[in-house]
Amino acid sequence: MNDVLDVALRLVIVFAVFLVVPLVVGQTEHKVMAHMQGRLGPMYAGGFHGWAQLVADGVKFAQKEDIVPAEADRRVFQMAPAVALLPYLLVLVAIPIGPGEGAVGQVVDAGIFFVLAVMGIGVLGSLMAGWASANKFSLLGGLRTAAQLLAYELPMLLAAASVAMAAGTVSLPGILDAFEWWWLPWQIVGALVFFVAGLAELQRPPFDMPVADSEIIFGAYTEYTGLRFALFLLAEYAGIVVLCGLTTVLFLGGWHGPLGADGLGWVWTLLKTAVLAFVVIWLRVTYPRLREDQLQKLAWTTLIPLALAQIALTGIVKVAIN
Amino acid sequence: MADVPEPTVLASDYFQSYSVVGLLAVVGVLFVAVAFGAGRLLRPVVPTPEKLLTYECGVDPVGEGWAHTQVRYYVYAFLYVIFAVDSIFLFPWATVFAAPGYGATTLVEMFIFLGFLAVGLLYAWKKGVLSWA
Repeated sequence: MNDVLDVALRLVIVFAVFLVVPLVVGQTEHKVMAHMQGRLGPMYAGGFHGWAQLVADGVKFAQKEDIVPAEADRRVFQMAPAVALLPYLLVLVAIPIGPGEGAVGQVVDAGIFFVLAVMGIGVLGSLMAGWASANKFSLLGGLRTAAQLLAYELPMLLAAASVAMAAGTVSLPGILDAFEWWWLPWQIVGALVFFVAGLAELQRPPFDMPVADSEIIFGAYTEYTGLRFALFLLAEYAGIVVLCGLTTVLFLGGWHGPLGADGLGWVWTLLKTAVLAFVVIWLRVTYPRLREDQLQKLAWTTLIPLALAQIALTGIVKVAIN
Repeated sequence: MADVPEPTVLASDYFQSYSVVGLLAVVGVLFVAVAFGAGRLLRPVVPTPEKLLTYECGVDPVGEGWAHTQVRYYVYAFLYVIFAVDSIFLFPWATVFAAPGYGATTLVEMFIFLGFLAVGLLYAWKKGVLSWA
């Protein structure tokens, strides 16, 4: 582990995953949404079914003029996309994709703690953008983001605590080592709460009122163009990857599968993550947007009681087994 | 320094895992810096007063952007802070509660703890705090 080359290789792999997988999810979203709506989606860029569409988008973004409104709080406005994006890179390093120390960027002892804390920082980027833009739409978007943070963070924390109780550890590889198949029905309520709360954190439909285009243009990102706007978009898709990966690791058994857990564990992890990412896209096409008060109601009267009930169930079963 | 005490070794392991995380953070900051630097070289810079105007549906902005708004959810904010701080205590407890020698006692403690949270939530609900004012 002390080997410099080893660490460098891990960092390169994590960074490559961070840059490539969100683009794959983004392209999948283009195509899946299109087909669910009876369209074709991008067909020209790159030749084969428009595979290079997002690359072309990236080139376009990089060439666009970068405008900072004269009224804006300049430094904060410029830093916000980086603050929104980088936390997801840091979370990726702690997610194990296979058994053993070789299949995780870095074993972090305080796994769940680290992951939830760092993911929370990403939201600060949206708040910074909303405040620094000095735009009424952006300010409203930022306030909605803040309200949303209060709604989902607690159920997410409680659902994750339930898994920590079941496994008796907060380390992510430790949780997977302790995993048994019957955790799936045992923790299913926690899994749903965690996934729904995660969607709200990412401001994905049906929880996208902070960026509701028909009401407040694009919320906190209204004033952004070019590369900085692209980084916010990348943050959203990196967030999908991280949320689906974490749900896989915490609730769906990660690299455990019906067969081939030793050599092919990473295939199971990727497969489960991909299915969850598909569900995220599917929900976007299926459900209308909730109002902010409806999200608060959902969180405080449904998700939190469910999460507390899950903790009680986990505690009883765990003590009964021992 | 013949025999290094055990806690020192543990601490160094502990910080080593975070040094890799720190390195990754440096990589990330470099990525953003390079991207912004390259963007500066690639993109045109032709500012006009109209472009730098705050966007407000195409008309000139009225008043300033940091407008007064009613923050309707400050009670949620209090609730959230209280509950989140409570929930943090679950994590250290969660790793040991089923260890040999604890068992039923810690389970009862858990129900007392959950009871406090549930009663707090019920009280807030009864007071009508959980409906958007």
